[in-house]
Amino acid sequence: MTAAVDAPEQESWFHRNQQRIAPWLFLAPGLLFFMVYVIIPVFQSFNLSLYEWDGLGAAEYVGFRNYEDLYWELYDRDAFYISLKNNLIWLILYLAAIPAGLFIALFLNQTVWGIRLYKSLFFFPFVISQVVVGLVFTWFYDPTFGLLNEFLGFFGLGPLNVLGDERFVTYGIIFAGLWPQTAYCMILYLTGLNAVDPEQIEAGRLDGAKSWRMLWHIILPQLRPATFIAFVVTIIGALRSFDLISIMTQGGPFGSSRVLAYYMFEVALSEYGFRMGYGAAIAVILFLIMLCFIAYFLWSMYREEKGH
Amino acid sequence: MFPKPIEKQPRAAQITYQAMLPLALLLWLGPLLAVALFSVKPAADFTNANYWGMPSSFEGAFNYGQVFFNSDMPRYLLNSFLITVPTVIGAVALSCMTGFALGIYKFKSNLWIFFMFVAGNFVPFQILMVPVRDLTLQLGLYNTKTGLVLFHIAFQTGFCTLFMRNFIRALPFELIEAARVEGISEWRIFWYVVLPLMKPAIAALSVLIFTFIWNDYFWAVVLTQGAESQPVTAGITSFNAQFRAAYQLMSAGSIVAALPPVAMFFLMQKHFIAGLTLGAVK
Amino acid sequence: MHSMFKRTAVALAASVALAAPVAAELTGELRIFLDTSNPAPRATMEAMIERFAAEHPGLEIETTVIDREAYKTQIRNFLTADTPDVATWYAANRMKPYVEAGLFEDVSDLWAEPEIADNLASTKGAMTIDGKQWGVPYTYYQWGVYYRKDIFDELDLTEPTTWEEELANCQKIVDSGRACYTIGTKFLWTAGGWFDYLNMRTNGFDFHNQLANGEISWEDDRVKQTFANWKQLIDMGAFIDNHQTYSWQEALPFMVNGEAAAYLMGNFAVAPLREAGLSDDQIDFYQFVAINPDVELAEDAPTDTFHIPANASNKEAAREFLRFAVSADEQTEINNGANLGQLPVNAQSAVDEDKFLQQGFAMLSSNSPGGVAQFWDRDAPAEMAKASMEGFQEFMVKPDNADRILAKLERARQRIYDN
Repeated sequence: MTAAVDAPEQESWFHRNQQRIAPWLFLAPGLLFFMVYVIIPVFQSFNLSLYEWDGLGAAEYVGFRNYEDLYWELYDRDAFYISLKNNLIWLILYLAAIPAGLFIALFLNQTVWGIRLYKSLFFFPFVISQVVVGLVFTWFYDPTFGLLNEFLGFFGLGPLNVLGDERFVTYGIIFAGLWPQTAYCMILYLTGLNAVDPEQIEAGRLDGAKSWRMLWHIILPQLRPATFIAFVVTIIGALRSFDLISIMTQGGPFGSSRVLAYYMFEVALSEYGFRMGYGAAIAVILFLIMLCFIAYFLWSMYREEKGH
Repeated sequence: MFPKPIEKQPRAAQITYQAMLPLALLLWLGPLLAVALFSVKPAADFTNANYWGMPSSFEGAFNYGQVFFNSDMPRYLLNSFLITVPTVIGAVALSCMTGFALGIYKFKSNLWIFFMFVAGNFVPFQILMVPVRDLTLQLGLYNTKTGLVLFHIAFQTGFCTLFMRNFIRALPFELIEAARVEGISEWRIFWYVVLPLMKPAIAALSVLIFTFIWNDYFWAVVLTQGAESQPVTAGITSFNAQFRAAYQLMSAGSIVAALPPVAMFFLMQKHFIAGLTLGAVK
Repeated sequence: MHSMFKRTAVALAASVALAAPVAAELTGELRIFLDTSNPAPRATMEAMIERFAAEHPGLEIETTVIDREAYKTQIRNFLTADTPDVATWYAANRMKPYVEAGLFEDVSDLWAEPEIADNLASTKGAMTIDGKQWGVPYTYYQWGVYYRKDIFDELDLTEPTTWEEELANCQKIVDSGRACYTIGTKFLWTAGGWFDYLNMRTNGFDFHNQLANGEISWEDDRVKQTFANWKQLIDMGAFIDNHQTYSWQEALPFMVNGEAAAYLMGNFAVAPLREAGLSDDQIDFYQFVAINPDVELAEDAPTDTFHIPANASNKEAAREFLRFAVSADEQTEINNGANLGQLPVNAQSAVDEDKFLQQGFAMLSSNSPGGVAQFWDRDAPAEMAKASMEGFQEFMVKPDNADRILAKLERARQRIYDN
């Protein structure tokens, strides 16, 4: 833009059209990066899912055979079925982070001495890497020395090998995931609670509304924006669950804790993997599931934009 | 305020509350405290099955010394910094511009481009994995910090654009109008008028992106593989392979790996929370 | 004696080199990629390369050591771009994808040289695909049962040789409140070792190979027999609990602490057992027992290998390096107890005095008439290996699911080998 100073004719053209051109110049670098690394790869993956490719030789076009194979896995209740089922469990149970976060936020929403430090410490799990969370909970569940079994033993229960039992393993990992996720929702609600209109609360109190009714009819409606964000980040988090599974079980025992995100990686890049096309097909399915939520989210945003 | 302020409740309730706070915290952070306890125990405690008792001797200095002087951990930490800091700078710089473009100008495809950034921000990583890995290989950047940084910048631009655009939208538009009337070029408006106002957003976003990127594990596994370029999240698995079953060292390593974003959070708490909750309350 | 060997080797190499119109002195750059990232193997390999460099001063050698696990995925990248001249890998099916993709150099010419043909004959099969050889081995090691001799003595047990003795021994061990075997199946392959032995002992080496090649149904009665034998051990409580949560290293303490009496493992388990404080009086080794008297004994002996990538730039020097690495002297040196602590591939080499290596060598050279397998995840194609080992792990936890697991593996077989 400074270069334009040397060329008066061009400058005037530029000046006249500045308002139209400027946004594109500002967008160019970000858009370029985003196109190359995010948008185009999505389409490349769609394309790749129609091929069989081991990452070495030439890719072979196989049409929809990868999807056909996935269908048979579903039919035979093999890995893909288990992944899909676990994804569903993740989606549903992960949402527990929202009420749990709200509960803790309500608990901490007081003004006593040191409460700020308490709030920070409660938020702690969210800033820790999921890798560390995974390690921490792996030890928590350890069948020989885990804190969980110490705890169960205290009540005369157990021992339980959570991560080694295909009935519990997914729930065990979700529970670990809920720890940081609840912290996240908590902070969203704590901030939301700050903005709740005190007059409405007073009015509610005068009407004799009891805590639960007050929460439901007066507080929650005002927390809607926080709930919405909490919902979005929790859904995305549930569908992205990869780190914890990779660290805690590697999809085991015997593949019972796989989810689509992990299964895709396993098929495409792990030691015994390198079926890129098949992995891409799994990624496409995961993407389509996510797309439902993305569409919903964009729709909400669109309505809000139009409302402005 | 909801629930009812505790000061206005009976004395008994106040005391109960005050007593419950530390208890709840202890329970909440229990698994983490256990790891902290592990990290100062001597190796002998584990062979003698003294997992949960007091450490038979305090070996914190030795254990952490091992982590810092007898493993690749310092290198992984350095890698993490060298990946995280350029990413933060790059993503924030790009998104200041995209956010400005989408927040200030009215043009036909504005909303669509904005939605593209938002939607891209939510796609599952797996659908990008193979093409991004191939691209990085072709660029000769596989297993380099640069390869990882470039991807992170690109991907984070989605979220950052959402953030910046909404922030700029909330700025008083009259300022820009006034500047335009003065005949100030668009670039100068961006640089001298808008950017100074964006400082709080930049601070908030930087802290947030720092944590996100520091904690990234998936892309570290996909795009890097050796001590020369792996960040600490991926490095800790190699570290654990090296010290398999040496729980005191694995614990110390985990604590070290977790510390930088925690420190960042405590130092920049205000910005951090402002960043996280932008849009949650309006 | 030693130097004479070296001279003959050099002379032989030179005579072959003469056949091609090249100068005797090697020049240029030689880039070597190694996966020997653990300290001892790393030092061993670097020392060997130094000795090679001393013989060829005109050669500029650059060595890159990559983490062993990372290497397994990285090899796919460096074989196509930024290719070294020599790379380590594994024998048998594990090298097949690269051979088929044309990324490994055909080194059949080396195997035609008498020095290699005569002295490395026993490993030729593992290096052969489509009638050609694609690399050379540099070390191998035995698998078998490592056991706590002091516990055996305490219970008055002797090394078993038959399935009946094995079961009887195990019963006594279980009665004494211990597990017969420790194992950690979190990373699956350890269960592959058990399957290798049980299936080879029940159905023989050839059957085992056919199964790995997808030529036999997993629902075949003979396969079911293998699993029935395995189930006998599982049902009597032979294996430690919760093995699906442990890695092979995390399973070591059970044996060290005397909670388990033995470990079916490769010879690399000896070093950590010694490090954990067990003396050589406390640990000993025996060959996996015979099960079906009608089949010949066959062993697992995984072989690690050197290859020349097809895209290598200095293949002449690379070939010379391969000759050097398999020469009798070098094989004696790099495999001795102070270095790799494994078995030399060259028949003219000396095996280290270490009691486990001696026993392993004797077992493999004279008591493995059925053949030598590489290991399940090297003999079966990757996809089948993964699916089946997951099945083995599930079976070891839930032996009653055998039929369902085998049906699943049969479906996987039909899909995988069909392509």
